[in-house]
Amino acid sequence: MSTLAQEFSKGIFKENPIFRLLLGMCPTLAVSITAINGFGMGVAALFVLLGSNLVIAALRNFIPSKVRIPAYILIIATFVTIVDMVLNAFTPDLHKALGIFIPLIVVNCIILGRAEAFARKNSVARSVIDALGMGVGFTLSLTILGIIRELFGKGSIFGVGVMGSAFEPMGILATAPGAFITLGIMLGFVNFMFKRLGIE
Amino acid sequence: MERKLVVSSSPHLKSPDDIQSIMVDVLVALFPVALMAVFLFGYRALITMIIAMVVAMATEAIILRKGNFFGDGSAAVTGLLLAMTLPPAPPWWVVAIGSVVAIAIGKQIYGGLGNNIFNPALVGRAVLVVSWGGHIAGNVWLKPVPFGFTADMVTQASPLAAYNASLGDLFLGTVPGSLGETSALALIIGAIWLFYRGHIDWRIPGGFIGVVFILGLISGGFSMGLYHILAGGVLLGALFMATDMVTSPVTATGKIIFGVGCGVVTMVIRLFGSLPEGVTFGILLMNGLTPLIDNLTLPKKFGEVKKSNA
Repeated sequence: MSTLAQEFSKGIFKENPIFRLLLGMCPTLAVSITAINGFGMGVAALFVLLGSNLVIAALRNFIPSKVRIPAYILIIATFVTIVDMVLNAFTPDLHKALGIFIPLIVVNCIILGRAEAFARKNSVARSVIDALGMGVGFTLSLTILGIIRELFGKGSIFGVGVMGSAFEPMGILATAPGAFITLGIMLGFVNFMFKRLGIE
Repeated sequence: MERKLVVSSSPHLKSPDDIQSIMVDVLVALFPVALMAVFLFGYRALITMIIAMVVAMATEAIILRKGNFFGDGSAAVTGLLLAMTLPPAPPWWVVAIGSVVAIAIGKQIYGGLGNNIFNPALVGRAVLVVSWGGHIAGNVWLKPVPFGFTADMVTQASPLAAYNASLGDLFLGTVPGSLGETSALALIIGAIWLFYRGHIDWRIPGGFIGVVFILGLISGGFSMGLYHILAGGVLLGALFMATDMVTSPVTATGKIIFGVGCGVVTMVIRLFGSLPEGVTFGILLMNGLTPLIDNLTLPKKFGEVKKSNA
């Protein structure tokens, strides 16, 4: 059994949902246009993941395995609805920017994946730590992608212009092809670094 | 005992061609085109071409960590081809970024020459068009001044947007346009050299140009058919870009399908799309389909009996 610290850090490094497991690609590609969007999406998913892992781990001995997926979806959908309403109430701009991708957290592979692969078999404490690690890993990765795309695609970071007025933004990074190119280069870079550092 | 019988594995027939000699041939073929560009657009064309080639070669040398700057010559060809697709005088950093993208993202990320899926020069151009359309395809077309090496020039609508150039001007190249696409004459001279050296096959340009002509003919009569061939980048694309050995099919039937596909996409974009020119995306799209085309048109092995599905 791995320690709780390992359980937490694996979500950030060794099993980073985006750069190592390539899960949740749909929101990743769609909302990483700006750093704030990426960060907001990451935190929303983190909260849902935390709630769903906690509840699923707590109920793991009561959910019949034949109907576990519908049960998980219901639990996840509950938390997604909460996130949706909270974002709409307190950060309407972010809510508008993320749009359909908030309801789509329900079918996010990372969340269902952690429920199926982890929370179903582990104690509540471990599941919460796992959710925290995975959620922080997801948020970090999305924010990094968002910063890169916003910096070169719009010339700003978190909405603050940093490139000066002579800078002409590289429009392609703000489009879907730019998302694929940025993600691909980051994946290559992360794999390269992991090989260099001997983590596998 | 003297050994008379040498047993070696194939290939037994060796051609004197290697990558470098082919690339040098392509550079030679592009020479008349480059000369024509300088003749028409003056020092600006020269600067654009030099920036594109030097940055492309430097990027390749840095990525491969090789001291040999020229290398196998493919980076120089990519840089020059990229410059050919650009307007005469874009800002220097646009040209430089295009070259870096062409070599780094268009070629080396896939594992270098021979492994790239898409034509690197066109990848560079596509990124530039999407990112800085104003510098690449906006109001940037200079009206050429033959022999005016340092002459001041004014911008003019490109013949594909205005449809006002005469066929004779289009053939000679005295029209506004990208560096390498204006002069049909220079492109044909260059292509004859490549045909003579056996580096390109008639099927791809044949299919490409044929389809462009036929669709142009349908859209507006015989002269419109010719206009669509001579204006814009069809000749440059068909003769120098689509025929890239790495990114086009190897089978004979496949080459025809490839050429026809390029022509159809180009004309659909030209006639119905929001962009005036579709050669870049036509070729890139067909590049992506190349492995599929090759698979579908595999020739039957001699003596092979087709399995019946019944």
